[in-house]
Amino acid sequence: MKLELLFAPELFLLLGSLVLFFLTLGDSRGNHSKSVATVIGVINLGLCLFCLHQQGELFYHAYRVDLFSQFFKLIIAAGFLVVLLLGRALKGVRDGVRSEYYLFMLLSVLGLVMLVSSVELLTMMVALELSSFTLYLLVPMRDEATGERAQMEAAVKYILFGVVATGIMLFGMSYLFGLTGTTYLSYLLPQLRFMSDQPAVLVGIVMVMAGFFYKLGVFPMHFWVPDVYQGASNETTAFIASVPKLAAVALLIRLVTLVMPADHNMPLLLTVLAVGSMLYGNLLALVQKDIKRMLGFSGIAHAGYLLLGLLIFKDAGFATAIYYIMGYLVMTLACFLVICKVSAQGENLKIEDLAGLHHRAPLLALTMAVGMFALAGIPPFVGFMGKFMLLTQALKHGYLPLVIITAINTAISLYYYLSVVRVAYCTDTEDRPMVPVDGLTRAVSVVLMLLILAMGLAPSGILDLATSAIHGMPGGPFL
Amino acid sequence: MDFLILNEGFRTLSALLVLPLAGAIVLLISSSVTFARLWTLLITTIIAALSLPLYWGFDVSTARYQFGEHLAWIPSLNINYTLGLDGISLLLVLLTTLLMPICVLASWKYIKTRVREFMVCLLILETSMLGVFIALDFVLFYILWEAMLIPMYLLIAIWGGPRKVYAATKFFLYTLAGSVLLLVAIIALYIKTGSWSIPLMMGQEYSTLFQTLVFLAFFLAFAIKVPMFPFHTWLPAAHVEAPTVGSVILASILLKMGTYGFLRFCLPITPAATLTFMPYILGLSVAGILYGGFTALAQSDMKKLIAYSSVGHMGFVTLGIFVLNTQGVEGALLQMINHGVTTGALFLCVGLIYERTHSRELDAAEGIGKFMPIYITFLAFFSMSSLAFPGTNSFIGEFLILAGGFSQSKIVAGCAIPGAVLAAAYMLRMLQRITWGAKSNPHPEILSDLNLREVFTLAPLLVFVFWIGLRPEPFLSVMHTSVAHLLEQVHQATPHLMTAANLLP
Repeated sequence: MKLELLFAPELFLLLGSLVLFFLTLGDSRGNHSKSVATVIGVINLGLCLFCLHQQGELFYHAYRVDLFSQFFKLIIAAGFLVVLLLGRALKGVRDGVRSEYYLFMLLSVLGLVMLVSSVELLTMMVALELSSFTLYLLVPMRDEATGERAQMEAAVKYILFGVVATGIMLFGMSYLFGLTGTTYLSYLLPQLRFMSDQPAVLVGIVMVMAGFFYKLGVFPMHFWVPDVYQGASNETTAFIASVPKLAAVALLIRLVTLVMPADHNMPLLLTVLAVGSMLYGNLLALVQKDIKRMLGFSGIAHAGYLLLGLLIFKDAGFATAIYYIMGYLVMTLACFLVICKVSAQGENLKIEDLAGLHHRAPLLALTMAVGMFALAGIPPFVGFMGKFMLLTQALKHGYLPLVIITAINTAISLYYYLSVVRVAYCTDTEDRPMVPVDGLTRAVSVVLMLLILAMGLAPSGILDLATSAIHGMPGGPFL
Repeated sequence: MDFLILNEGFRTLSALLVLPLAGAIVLLISSSVTFARLWTLLITTIIAALSLPLYWGFDVSTARYQFGEHLAWIPSLNINYTLGLDGISLLLVLLTTLLMPICVLASWKYIKTRVREFMVCLLILETSMLGVFIALDFVLFYILWEAMLIPMYLLIAIWGGPRKVYAATKFFLYTLAGSVLLLVAIIALYIKTGSWSIPLMMGQEYSTLFQTLVFLAFFLAFAIKVPMFPFHTWLPAAHVEAPTVGSVILASILLKMGTYGFLRFCLPITPAATLTFMPYILGLSVAGILYGGFTALAQSDMKKLIAYSSVGHMGFVTLGIFVLNTQGVEGALLQMINHGVTTGALFLCVGLIYERTHSRELDAAEGIGKFMPIYITFLAFFSMSSLAFPGTNSFIGEFLILAGGFSQSKIVAGCAIPGAVLAAAYMLRMLQRITWGAKSNPHPEILSDLNLREVFTLAPLLVFVFWIGLRPEPFLSVMHTSVAHLLEQVHQATPHLMTAANLLP
């Protein structure tokens, strides 16, 4: 096995960020950077696809390349490319820093790609920080005029909460290291199983997981979500809302496998977090006016649904969680595509700003409706199939009350998703301008809609791939 | 798979599902309004023609599911694509396919804006409605059952009346809230049986508690859909605000899904719980019959009047289903078809007036008999059918239901009788005012009689009113075996409980 091939996507992204770095020195308006970043995104997607079935370990076993990591890299690459395409105009970002914007976004992706391969606590930490700090920088790059200074508040909140989460995570890592004397997951795993009656093990693992709960926006690590969603520019929010969550789920799965399946405290804890996230997210989303803020709360609720897949500690549950987060990526990106295009100058959109969208841009209205119905979990879209499988897995393992609460939450959430569709389809334009839609946007939105539909109707392929990815993990054989 | 007779050769049922979708995709590409109308009419007519051989080819001697198709869909969860038709679903499928061309004709001039989108909604709706009746896999069923809400929501919310948004949202939320627990019940059944196949879930030994919980989840979903008193409040709002065709589809087909659900799921899957809850459901049915009748009597909006009459009529249907004897269930099944034909036709009639006067108030429609004689002829026959006049279709249905009711419980059936009288009262009141009225209509100049297209819309329904009314045997004969099998499933599973149910006065 060639070493370069194992590390090819990362090397390529690193090279790409070097190129972008040199571009930032001259190209302040970001025109070249945009094209270069898009090209990098396309090639990266191809590379990840090419390297999908690579196997191996690097850097003294701290970095593992297996189907699990490569699968996530592929999805991250796809999500990154879509974010680049839907935010091509980059309306909400200050003119002078557009080059840097692309540079930091690429570095953040690099961090995420490295994160999903890390199987050693410190590597994990470094990769996470690389992706987080660049992401913190993207938020305040928003235009003063469109951000109304909220971007500064959002950035401060984002970094403060982020640093706290990182601190908790490091503290947890110190526990794990203190208990076992190692930072390698593959050595941690058997030792922790051996000590599973010690409360410190659970505390350590939960504290490490807290860092990723933060990324995913799980209650009670969700405080940054609404403000950052609202304060960051539309393109940045599209990125924050989708791609980092993939990596967070990947790492949560890696960490959850450290826990003994027979353990009762972990499922209980995750149940509480799931119920809290669902109820908090859905109830607060009901009253939102700003569409991004609403999607933020909806994201918290979806993080809650996703925990259903994690808390049963079975390969089928993890595979469903992977399927769900992929579906969530596609649904969210479809919604953000519409938001980015409808927002003329990059300003935030109120829900009523979508009025008459069926007339102003029929395709975007359809995309929005499909995205919203999918997020609400209405069949035949991917949101339904994901939720349905999560419920099936959870009920199979006896979580009847949790399943009922989730089902009721679906009904609650429908109201706010439906109100977006209602505004888009059942109101007059009231002198709002037509929305110009170029060919590429059309293509991307059609592809996203088809994906939402196809993943909902034929989940088998992805599920099988996800299941074999889970089995290839270090903890896989224990499941 | 011994419950399924696989279809060799042409896959009619799949064709019924795929054709409307294919038609909808073609419509998305085109842009001409006339083409949209003609194309949808063509597609729905082809589907209607395709579905007719189902009746001729139907084997009345077996209770197994016919024209079956079976393909693996999601193997890891054991989810299959299974379709089949039995005596319970056959007539409902035919009702759906035959009604759709009529709906397209009826919306020809009524829908003026966003015609193409309207037709796309109709076609998607047709796929999901047909799918609900022929799906034999619970996941497939649930997907189509829920997916149907999207086009129906859009039909009401875009092309509806002044309070359309309120009505559409209420309809969507109400129905979805009812069916989320249905999903939980379905998953619970899967975990018990290891299969999503609906026929395989029947006749299993479930504990009483499990049956009760599953039955309640089923009941909530289906009772909202029917709608049974006291879950009916979404219905008048949705009917009043929906466009004519929306009301027709809602009344004729969507409401039947609730009662179909009772027959297909509640009775055979949870027989013990069915018997436990039977007296209460009979009580609710009677309450619905009387409540619907009295409320209809007080309405001045014609659509509301017919909407409340639907509550009463569907009360008869649930009454027939839950008396659990052959006459009752067969009468209920026939009454489902009758209600689809008659109430659909009545909504079309109201729509025809609305197109002329732009009002649904009885006052505005007073005394139009002088100006629209052909229209009044149709309306009179449909009203007679609605009040179950002998010789019309509803008479046979209600007669069977009441006959079944009397053999089960004289008190329950006796309580339902005033419902039939009420139906006569509110229908004749409406008919009298529309035909003669107190004064002559203030706007005679806008009242043109029906044109040829409108006659073609109503005439087929009138044929069925008398066909079923005078010679019901072709319709009843297809359901005998399946109904007998269904009741056998209920009674076999719970012989000891039957005696308890017999104690009902």
